[in-house]
Amino acid sequence: MSILVNKNTRVVVQGITGKEGSFHATQCKAYGTKVVAGVTPGKAGQEVEGIPVFNTVADAAKKTECDTSLIFVPPPFCADAILEAADAGIKLVICITEGIPVNDMVKVKRALRGRDVRLIGPNCPGVITVDEAKIGIMPGFIHKKGIVGVVSRSGTLTYEAVHQLSTLGLGETTCVGIGGDPVNGTGFVDVLPLFEKDPETQAIVMIGEIGGDAEEKAAEFIKRHVKKPVISFIAGITAPPGRRMGHAGAIISGGKGTASEKMKALEAAGVRVVKNPAEIGNMVKKALGR
Amino acid sequence: MNVHEFQAKSLFAQFGVPVPRGKEITSPEAATTWANELNTPVFVVKAQIHAGGRGKAGGVKITKDKTACAGLAKELIGKTLVTHQTGPKGRKVHRLLVEEGANIAKELYLSILVDRETGWPTFIASTEGGMEIEEVAEKTPEKIIKEAIDPAVGFQGHNGRNVAFALGLQQMEPTAINPFVQLLGNLYRLFMDKNAALVEINPLIITKEKTLVALDGKVSFDDSGLFKHEDVQKMRDLNEEEPLEIEATANNLNYVKLDGNIGCMVNGAGLAMATMDVIKLAGSEPANFLDVGGGATKETVAAGFRILLKDPNVKGIFINIFGGIVRCERIAHGVIEAAKEVKITVPLVVRLQGTNAPEGRKLLADSGLQLEVADDLWDAAQKIVKLTGKAA
Repeated sequence: MSILVNKNTRVVVQGITGKEGSFHATQCKAYGTKVVAGVTPGKAGQEVEGIPVFNTVADAAKKTECDTSLIFVPPPFCADAILEAADAGIKLVICITEGIPVNDMVKVKRALRGRDVRLIGPNCPGVITVDEAKIGIMPGFIHKKGIVGVVSRSGTLTYEAVHQLSTLGLGETTCVGIGGDPVNGTGFVDVLPLFEKDPETQAIVMIGEIGGDAEEKAAEFIKRHVKKPVISFIAGITAPPGRRMGHAGAIISGGKGTASEKMKALEAAGVRVVKNPAEIGNMVKKALGR
Repeated sequence: MNVHEFQAKSLFAQFGVPVPRGKEITSPEAATTWANELNTPVFVVKAQIHAGGRGKAGGVKITKDKTACAGLAKELIGKTLVTHQTGPKGRKVHRLLVEEGANIAKELYLSILVDRETGWPTFIASTEGGMEIEEVAEKTPEKIIKEAIDPAVGFQGHNGRNVAFALGLQQMEPTAINPFVQLLGNLYRLFMDKNAALVEINPLIITKEKTLVALDGKVSFDDSGLFKHEDVQKMRDLNEEEPLEIEATANNLNYVKLDGNIGCMVNGAGLAMATMDVIKLAGSEPANFLDVGGGATKETVAAGFRILLKDPNVKGIFINIFGGIVRCERIAHGVIEAAKEVKITVPLVVRLQGTNAPEGRKLLADSGLQLEVADDLWDAAQKIVKLTGKAA
C-alpha cells in the first residue's frame, strides 16, 4: 500500500520533448515508473527514450490509458496544460513547473473544483512511492522503502528529511511535494487523511514554511482526525516579514504566516515540532519508540 | 514587484478609478511648471518611495501657495525618509507626486488580493480609512469586510453592493453607492488583467462634493505574471531595491539581504530557509537568504560568492548543498573553480550531502583550498559559527 501513486500508475509527461521533460521522463522510467506517453503539440510520432509522443493529452489517453500526468510545460502555457490533462480525463496531475502566474492558478483551481481530478503542485518536486513509482524530479536513490509518509512545501529540504529517514533505517512509504506556490492544487489537509488511512504509513513528517495558513489548517485537522504521530519542521523562523523567500508562497504578510505561529498551532495539536531540521529523523525514531 | 504611488494612480486612471489630478515631479522647476498648470486651491507634494508611513516621516507636504511647490520639492528631493517600513537606514527620495488636494468627508479602506485559503480574489474593505489595515484587523476585526469574487464569472454587481451596504454607504452617502460598485468592478479588472498581487486604496475618500477619489494607492505585482506586461516592467525603479539583490536577479539567483554575518549559499528555497534557521540555532545570525537553484554550477556558485563577499557584514560563508539529480562531485568542482576565480577572504564551510557526497567531499578536502568540509547539517552550522564567533 501507499498513497496517490504505485507500480500500476500510468504516466503521461506533458512537455516531454523539452530539456527538463525529456531528462526527467527518462529518470522516472529508469526508476521503474510506467511512463507510457509524452505530449508535445506538433510532435506526435516522435519518441523520447522509447516513450511515444502525442499531440494532445486526449490522444495519449486514448492510445495508452495513462491516468496520471507529469507536467514540465513552461509557465505561460502551464495553466492550459493542466486544464488539458483534466479535460482528457487524467485523474492525477502533478505539475513541476515553477513561476505560473498566480491569477492563472486562481482560474485553474476554480475550474478543477468539483471535478474528479487531483492537482499536485505547481512548483513542487512531485510524488514518489518508494520502489514503485517516481513521478517527479526528486533523486530516487535517497529513498528507502519504509514506514514514514512525507508531505512538504519544499524540494531540497524534503530530500534532507528523506535522507535522514533512510539513513536511520526508517524509510518512507510515499513522499508528496505539495509545492511552494501561494495557490496550489493539494494541501496538507488533503494528504494527511491519505497517510492516516494508509496501513503501511506509521508516522507522518510534515514540512512547512512561512506564508499562508496551510500549517494552521493542518494543525486543526490533525487534532481531530490524525492518530498517527506527526513530526513537523517549519522553515523560516529567521525570515524577515514582507520578503519573499524564494518560493512565491513563502512570505510573511501583514504579520501573518510566521514560523512561530505555525509551530505553536502544531504543538497545540500534539504534533512533535523540531526546531532543528537536522533532528527530523531522530524525532520520528523517538515518536515511534525505536 | 512594487511600484510608486504615482504609477499606481496612473493605472487606476487607466481602469476608470478616479484619482486626483497629479504628476510625477523630479525637480523644483518641474514642480513650478506643473503647479501653474494644476492651478488648484490646495497642492499636495508627496515623496515617492516604496514604503508606507511617509506622512508621519515628513514626506507629505500640503500648501495653498502655488509658488511654494518648488521649495517643497527642493526640500524633499534627495531627502532620506525613515519610516516604520524602511528600516533605520531609510530611503532616499528621488521623485515626487504633486497633485491637487481634496475635500475629505469620509475615509474608507479598500483592497483586493488573492485569499490563499480559498484561492479566490477577495476584496477587503473597512470604514477605518487611513489606518493600517493590520491594526484594524487586530483591534477591531468586526470592522473588516471581506467579499470573495468567483474567478469563473468575475466581478458581479452584487459583490460590489454587498461591500457598499456592509460599509454603511447608504447612511453615509447613498449617491456614492453606484459609483462605488463600479469602482470595485474596475479595480477587479485591474487586479486580474495586470496580474497584480495587491491593489490597495487607503484612503478611498468620499469628498464633500460627494464623489469617490482614490487619495492614496498601492499596487504590487505578481513577479510570475510580469512577462505578460511590458508597461508594468517599465515601472520598476531600481533606486528602490537593494543593489546586491539587483545583481542576484541578473544572475538568476534568489537573494534576500539580512542583517547577520554568516553568508549562506544553498540549493532550494526551503533548504535555504532551514539553513538560516540552523545558523541561528547554532548561535549566530544569517547574512542572507540565497537559493542558487537546483543546478549549482560553477557559474552560479561564482556569482553567489561575488554577491556574498560584497556584503561587508559577511564574516564567514556556509555552503549547504543537497545533491539530487546534480551529483556532488560536480558541485565540488564548481565550488573549487569558483573559489579560484573569486578570492575568498573569509572562513568557508561546505556541507555536501546526497548523490556522490563522499566523492565531492574528498575533492574539496584535496583541493588545497582554505575550507572546512562537513557532511552533517548541524555539524556544519556549528563549525561556521565557531569560525566566525557568535553573534553579539
